[in-house]
Amino acid sequence: METLPLVMMLASQGVVTAITAYFFIKVLKTPPPRPEDETDEVMGEMTGTH
Amino acid sequence: MSKDSWGSRVGLILAMAGNAVGLGNFLRFPVQAIQNGGGSFIIPYLVCFLLLGLPLLFVEWASGRFGGKSGNHSTPFIFNSMSSQPIWKYVGVFGIFTNLAVAAYYCYLESWTLAYVWHSFQGTFMGMDQAEVAGFFGQYLDPSLSTSGIPFESIVFWIICLLLNTWILSRGLSGGVEKVAKIGMPLLILFGIVLAVMAVTMKAGQYDAKFDGTVGLSKLWTPNFASIWDFKVWLAAAGQIFFTLSLGMGSIQCYASYVKPKQDIALNAMSAGWMNEFVEVVLGASIIIPISVGYLGWDTVVEMTKNGGLGLGFKTLPFLFAKWGPFLAVVCGVMWFGLLFFAGITSSLAMGTPCIGFLKNEFGWKHRNASWAFGIAVFILGLPTVLFYNQGVFDEYDHWAGTVSLVVFAMFEIVLFAWVFGMDKGWREITEGADINVPLFFRFAIKYITPVMLIVVFAGSFNRNIDILAHKDSYDKISKISKENPSDFQFKMDSIAAIVPNLNLSNVDFSNFDFRSIKNVDERTSARNYKDLKEHLNPNYKENAIQAEKYTMLCKNVSRFLLLGVWLGIAYLVYLAHRRRLKSVVN
Repeated sequence: METLPLVMMLASQGVVTAITAYFFIKVLKTPPPRPEDETDEVMGEMTGTH
Repeated sequence: MSKDSWGSRVGLILAMAGNAVGLGNFLRFPVQAIQNGGGSFIIPYLVCFLLLGLPLLFVEWASGRFGGKSGNHSTPFIFNSMSSQPIWKYVGVFGIFTNLAVAAYYCYLESWTLAYVWHSFQGTFMGMDQAEVAGFFGQYLDPSLSTSGIPFESIVFWIICLLLNTWILSRGLSGGVEKVAKIGMPLLILFGIVLAVMAVTMKAGQYDAKFDGTVGLSKLWTPNFASIWDFKVWLAAAGQIFFTLSLGMGSIQCYASYVKPKQDIALNAMSAGWMNEFVEVVLGASIIIPISVGYLGWDTVVEMTKNGGLGLGFKTLPFLFAKWGPFLAVVCGVMWFGLLFFAGITSSLAMGTPCIGFLKNEFGWKHRNASWAFGIAVFILGLPTVLFYNQGVFDEYDHWAGTVSLVVFAMFEIVLFAWVFGMDKGWREITEGADINVPLFFRFAIKYITPVMLIVVFAGSFNRNIDILAHKDSYDKISKISKENPSDFQFKMDSIAAIVPNLNLSNVDFSNFDFRSIKNVDERTSARNYKDLKEHLNPNYKENAIQAEKYTMLCKNVSRFLLLGVWLGIAYLVYLAHRRRLKSVVN
């Protein structure tokens, strides 16, 4: 494969793969919301937002 | 308040990515790249992703979660919760109409992939040449013909697909949609990686390949930097980003409306968006082009892509897979059409969810009944695309519902979010519960850059839309047929007859002729051309051809009125739903 298209391909696909992996790993590593957040949510439902 | 919710964050992201990932990732993106500068297309493409794609993803996710806080799961009343002006709930009608109208033809397309998985598994394409594989596709699409002994085969597979979609939707978000995403998306990525590795490592001379797989990649990624200054290339890039992310449909808002109020949407949106880009730029670009170029050569593939990627995907690839031997032909065919099927079904399930949410929330329908109503509506609305496929009804649905409607809706939704709801509230909604720091740049982009880009995309395609509305292509065709000179065709026929004298084509009755009886591929192609030319010499040809074109225009007109009727019908349901809400407030 010629050099210029190889560089274009590897750079583009490398950047996209790296960013995708970064965000997906971040999702996997981020802890779930605290229980207090869910309590706030229930309070919001009781007071009604409709 | 709806009890439906996502079972897990990963499930939500895979479902959102599945909503975005579709057949276009594998069939449309490579073609767009070839036609718009090759390797340099990635520059306007990624710029448009940052300025158009990501901002609209943030807007749709945020709008959805905001509407979901007050129990709204479809865009008419999501928008209504963002602005009390009555007009906005009718703008939201697009978020249901587009999903229903696109599902009507998309499920048919999805059923083709299912059928081709079956045919690949059966080894149907073994021993066929390219013309036969291409002809198989046309035969499959004719409901009166069968390629496997199953009567009305294309309709049977379509109904199977619809039943599958309806059944999965009836199981709810976490029990149905999310489960399919958790199985389908990883399998799609796995199949894509395997096929990409096989395509890229293909060697000239192996299995009759003329060129290495890297030749196609080299040609595809060779940049034409001058094209970056071409406005049409930017328009194509913006259009590709728009359609690849399934923006402007209302399905993202619906999925996001089931996210808990303080849960993150910013990181989720980024993750799902970039996952779509991975499938498109890394996998989509690495399968169909290297394999096709390896066997057919660059010039032939470029010529074939002028009609889009569907031809390469369905009419050519099965023939090329068959070159790899019976075992690999089956495995690769099942993987290729299997990944297209997973891409399709995760998208069609996303189209069903807003329609079901609307019926449940606004009219108190049970989830199962709403799912079946969606399935039946898609069947009825989709029948014209199946029965009148050759009259262009499928393409009409794709254009008005799957192209124009999205852009119009996106223009309205970003004006609502940024200018009516307001960027203060909008930004607060995007960043609330965010697990990443959203760059402030996106606040500026959402308010000023993205709306302008949408207007430019809409304006850029305006003339083409008017041409389509006025049936310009059909009238051009009628004009061309009227001016045809029969003597020109006699000359061409004589030339072909001279090239293949052994066939004695002048004595052949082509009405029931089986072209497969001609074993030599070049002679078979010549015979087909001879048949086409002979039709032009028929004294009734011009009259018949013009009548056929007028019939096509009639079918397209009827389908347009049908779509308009559907839009108005949904708007009426929104009006009834609004009246119900007012009544319940009074009571």
